[in-house]
Amino acid sequence: MCKECGCESGAGGAVAGVGEPRHPHGADPAHPPGPRQRADRADATLATLELNRPLLEKNDRLAERNRGFFKAKKLLVLNLVSAPGSGKTALIRETALRLRGRLRVGVIVGDLATDNDAARLRTAEIPVVQVTTGTVCHLDAEMVAQAASQLNLDALDVLFIENVGNLVCPADFDLGEDLRVVLLATPEGEDKPLKYPPLFHSAHVVLVTKSDLAAAVEFDRGQALANLKRISHHAEIFELSARTGDGMAAWLTFLEQARARS
Amino acid sequence: MHEVALMTEAVRLAVEAARAAGAQRVTALRLRVGALSGAAPEAMEFAWDVVRRGTLLADARLEIERVPAVGWCPSCRVEFDTTGCWSECPRCQEPAGELRRGRELEIASMELE
Repeated sequence: MCKECGCESGAGGAVAGVGEPRHPHGADPAHPPGPRQRADRADATLATLELNRPLLEKNDRLAERNRGFFKAKKLLVLNLVSAPGSGKTALIRETALRLRGRLRVGVIVGDLATDNDAARLRTAEIPVVQVTTGTVCHLDAEMVAQAASQLNLDALDVLFIENVGNLVCPADFDLGEDLRVVLLATPEGEDKPLKYPPLFHSAHVVLVTKSDLAAAVEFDRGQALANLKRISHHAEIFELSARTGDGMAAWLTFLEQARARS
Repeated sequence: MHEVALMTEAVRLAVEAARAAGAQRVTALRLRVGALSGAAPEAMEFAWDVVRRGTLLADARLEIERVPAVGWCPSCRVEFDTTGCWSECPRCQEPAGELRRGRELEIASMELE
């Protein structure tokens, strides 16, 4: 690269030098003005640099690397996203226990602080790595890569990534998962998908959780399903309760089939 | 909240590109932000004041181009304005339209000196 102006000319022959550029600029059409070249104005020339690069390019690249790595390990990877308190940890715990003997489940769990969720899973002897993000409101592909290196992936069939409880920010961050699973707990209300459309729209699977509480909180099931059909029209929907076990069978069958495909 | 992370990455990418072009400083940074990108331009401007300190972009101005969301109906073969991800076609009311624009989150260009 030309040391004077940063242009691509003079490659190989460039000498870190002083004084004038060693080759003519501007006059030669094969050598257009470089960004730092002074024009006829006395002040420094402004140059516009077109970039058109996604801000999340680095994360997307790392996510693709994760995806390839997980695929080579024949892992089914799910990114679980929901508001705080929608039952992600309880669902993962119950799913892992019920899959025991059929599929081996590991977990990466993200929270701003504490390892309470990891402790909850560890008591059930589920391999888990807790990521504490500090003030960061989402997991990114780099955090997942680092956390995954602490798990023995060869001893797993399914990896759950429990994202930070948040219905906004995680929507933009690909982690390298196969499926994005969004939870809607019945106490949150049937209009949650309408309030947070980007995340619900990005879901491959929607789980309506805490179905055992539906009557107590006057959850309008018909309206909820209509809202989901509108926003998450391509997603598979399951209604279940991790506490009572209602609806869990269909979810487990889905996981086994998805794992067989991965 | 993730706008700080996004703007930190924007400054990192801009510094990298400005250095590669041999620039001494960046005087303007232009971003393209879609209405359905999940990032709020106001929050990005707020983060901008902090993340550019001590970099080649310390004195740069930030310009954010807001891109409205546009849906596409494959059966009617028309584009239409939309405000949400569900993008029902105004002609046939089918909900399965695709989103053509509105998810942008990128550096468009910058001015170098």
